[in-house]
Amino acid sequence: MPWIIEGETGDWELVCGLEVHGQVISNAKLFSGAATAFGAEPNSQVSLVDSAMPGMLPVINERCIEQAVRTGLGLKAQINLRSVFERKNYFYADLPQGYQISQFQHPIVGEGSVLLDMPDGSTAEVGIERLHMEQDAGKSMHDQDPKRSFIDLNRTGVCLMEIVSKPDIHDPEEAGAYLRKLRSIMRYLGTCDGNMDEGSMRCDVNVSVRKVGEQGLRTRTECKNLNSVRFVMQAIEYEVTRQIDVYESGGEVVQETRLFDSTRGETRSMRAKEFAHDYRYFPDPDLLPVELTQEYVDKIAADLPELPDAKKERFIGDFGLPAYDAGVLVASRRTAEYFETVATGRDAKTAANWVTSNLFGMLKAKGLEIWDSPVSAENLGKLLDLIADGTISGRIAKDVFEIMGETGKSPDEIVEEKGLKQVSDEGAIQGVIDELIDGNPGQVAQFREGNEKVLGWFVGQVMRATQGKANPGLVNKLLRDKLSA
Amino acid sequence: MANLTELTLAQAAQGLAAGDFTSAELTDAHIAAVEGARDLNAFVTETPDIARERAAASDTRRSKGEVAGPMDGIPIAVKDLFCTDGVLTSAGSHILDGFKPPYESTVSQNLRDAGAVMLGKANLDEFAMGSANITSYHGNVINPWKAADGKDRVPGGSSGGSAVAVAARLCLGATGTDTGGSIRQPGSFCGIVGLKPTYGRCSRWGIVAYASSLDQAGPMTRTVQDAAIMLEAMAGHDAKDSTSAPIGVPNFAAALSGDIRGLKIGVPREYRVDGMAADIEALWQNGIEMLKDAGAEPVDVSLPHTKYALATYYIIAPAEASSNLARYDGVRYGLRVDGDSLDEMYENTRGAGFGTEVRRRILIGTYVLSAGYYDAYYLKAQKVRALIAEDFRKAFQTVDAILAPATPSAAFPIGENSDDPVAMYLNDVFTVPLNLAGLPGISVPSGFSGEGLPLGLQIIGKPFDEETVLRIGDVLESSAGFDAKPSYLKGDA
Repeated sequence: MPWIIEGETGDWELVCGLEVHGQVISNAKLFSGAATAFGAEPNSQVSLVDSAMPGMLPVINERCIEQAVRTGLGLKAQINLRSVFERKNYFYADLPQGYQISQFQHPIVGEGSVLLDMPDGSTAEVGIERLHMEQDAGKSMHDQDPKRSFIDLNRTGVCLMEIVSKPDIHDPEEAGAYLRKLRSIMRYLGTCDGNMDEGSMRCDVNVSVRKVGEQGLRTRTECKNLNSVRFVMQAIEYEVTRQIDVYESGGEVVQETRLFDSTRGETRSMRAKEFAHDYRYFPDPDLLPVELTQEYVDKIAADLPELPDAKKERFIGDFGLPAYDAGVLVASRRTAEYFETVATGRDAKTAANWVTSNLFGMLKAKGLEIWDSPVSAENLGKLLDLIADGTISGRIAKDVFEIMGETGKSPDEIVEEKGLKQVSDEGAIQGVIDELIDGNPGQVAQFREGNEKVLGWFVGQVMRATQGKANPGLVNKLLRDKLSA
Repeated sequence: MANLTELTLAQAAQGLAAGDFTSAELTDAHIAAVEGARDLNAFVTETPDIARERAAASDTRRSKGEVAGPMDGIPIAVKDLFCTDGVLTSAGSHILDGFKPPYESTVSQNLRDAGAVMLGKANLDEFAMGSANITSYHGNVINPWKAADGKDRVPGGSSGGSAVAVAARLCLGATGTDTGGSIRQPGSFCGIVGLKPTYGRCSRWGIVAYASSLDQAGPMTRTVQDAAIMLEAMAGHDAKDSTSAPIGVPNFAAALSGDIRGLKIGVPREYRVDGMAADIEALWQNGIEMLKDAGAEPVDVSLPHTKYALATYYIIAPAEASSNLARYDGVRYGLRVDGDSLDEMYENTRGAGFGTEVRRRILIGTYVLSAGYYDAYYLKAQKVRALIAEDFRKAFQTVDAILAPATPSAAFPIGENSDDPVAMYLNDVFTVPLNLAGLPGISVPSGFSGEGLPLGLQIIGKPFDEETVLRIGDVLESSAGFDAKPSYLKGDA
């Protein structure tokens, strides 16, 4: 369903493309051996190359190339066997070289696509324009001293992948789904941790609007460095409303970079310092072009893990899951692995229900991630086995699960310790029923007069007498036989 | 004892090996020479303490029989473009005031590892930009050669200090760098040998960058044999320089067989430029005859795009320089001139720190890379560069090497050409094409100008064929029998 904004002059639609900067997972920087760990002491991870000392030269970290290729393959994209690093020239205090080494005319990855999983279970496709590699800049800190700015060069030279989408996004929800999917793919691949709050994934949003049915694109604005999915969606919504207002009040949208103010949820013009940058790109003469062989690319392709889309298809096909559940389960590789362990050899729908409702609920309540879960996938599987073979009832299973969450113990152990085993011994249940019938002639009479509700009362009494352990199906059957006799 | 500063590098190595003198003695003689020739302004920084320390270490090694090779104990000068651990590295610029790198360039480290003794850091044109050594913040370098007019003459550039130090017997060899002729042209002007190796033969790591795709380090010495010995110590693949060639280093001195019989020597007709000075013309013709007499065969070759080389160079080199020099911003090292904003600090620092020629090249380079001009200048220059390289490739299908003049004139008096940058740039007309094509070339003193000043001929070789270049250079050197000394030394005598 297209997202339509009703304006005073007619219906409008959004045209949006995202540029995502993902920090490549690598031990060393793109062109130096300095470390890349997050949160280190300022200026403790800076090499002579990063600080642009005279005579220093960049040397490509092959691991970063491999990660970019892997990501490109995950985006079902064209891998360019020849790519070129160029210099993007501009002055800033946290850019020691006076230029950023980036890819411009010849990126390492070309066109690809990302499939979005929408909340209604439908999918939408967003095209990828390109992925190129570049160095990150350092960090300027303006809040440490009233008169001076401080510079931290730890981030300088860290490898980023800039992933540019086509302007295929027409709904803020799609933008959110795109970011989550991109993050999911990169996490599956192990190429970017996607932690937006640590800045290892950042997003620039290009937004324009047009009348529904209009061809061509109108002027766009750009909001830079958004660091959460929510902010991206908010910024888009704000920009759409603002741009429609501008057009409908007879104005023109100005092509500009705008700042998103997350506390007020609005974008602001940064026009105060408007000057056109001329970055004077040219191939970096310190570096040779990156030449890859098809064999190299094929080898990386052969080592790719199963990615979310394929996994989702498999979960639908093999396990008969609904598309939405499958989408939820494959969003994270760890969740998918957990689910598969539970589901294998068991009823998959039951397994999916337990994972998405009981397990997710418990993890959320405890504030834990799935890899920290006190209930292991093996133990959850055993719990389902205990239900399936009649050892415990579904109701008791919920109690057992709660104890598993508290203690991390296996369900067998808990059932054994607490004596929760379901009573399926006819003789034992019969005894309880006989006592009840003898002791409650009034209720028996009511049932026999046709009051079916009394049966429920009897069942409750039996369960109480057996501390819930009696097999409910058996209790029902025996009671009905006895009362009808 | 012989006059130790009159020895060639090879002779000194023999003397050390024979125990005729120690490195300490050899070094002290050169330290005294350096101190006695300060009027030439060949050095930005003298490092006598380091020199004595390294000479003593060399003598100790020798006494234990652990000599590193023929460079062990040899006093040399290092162009002040090579970063040297703990020693001021100025690049001839005000903007690097006080900059003492905490690291050593690969080439100077290779020389240290070979046992060479650093006497000091040689003066140069600012950031290696110049052909007369008149753009250094540390002052002009004076050529030890004089003509009858008695005027002070330029030593050429940018490795002017290195050339003068070698010519005036202040050291046995010096490192230079050559981006458009900065080793060969001052070599020619000062009557010494200057070798620019193939691009990628010596590591650029730790050399202050001027134009990265053209810069190449090489030796400057008094003989071709010395150049062979010194290059072997300097060269080698370096993983820290992505453009350094992953190939082994031959025994260059072994290539000097003295036999060039049957070699085909190309004589490029396009180098016979309009208005070529008669003495240069005669020198070149004489060189052709000498090689012919030695058994080589002169062959007429064509390098049709030669006429575009200078213009191409003065687009590509400034373009790269404009970016390479962006790091001198006053933030982390060197000069800082404060301002009220970051931009103002940049402007003040770079305005005060860079000299006129450097600023001119930064402006040219920024211009040719700018939007709207990139295609017409930089991109076109890259295409022409490829054509120039192709010219040489074709020529080398029929010849083994090429002989050409090194410079269009002899050393000129200080002050000449200095108000006309284009006239100054013309000095590079015979040297620049090699840099654009990445080829090796050697300038060998081969004769004299009408005024009695030294002139060099240049031998150009195939990529990574320094051995043939050296072998021909050695024969040319013997045939020319150039043994004149600079007037500066005669004056001293």
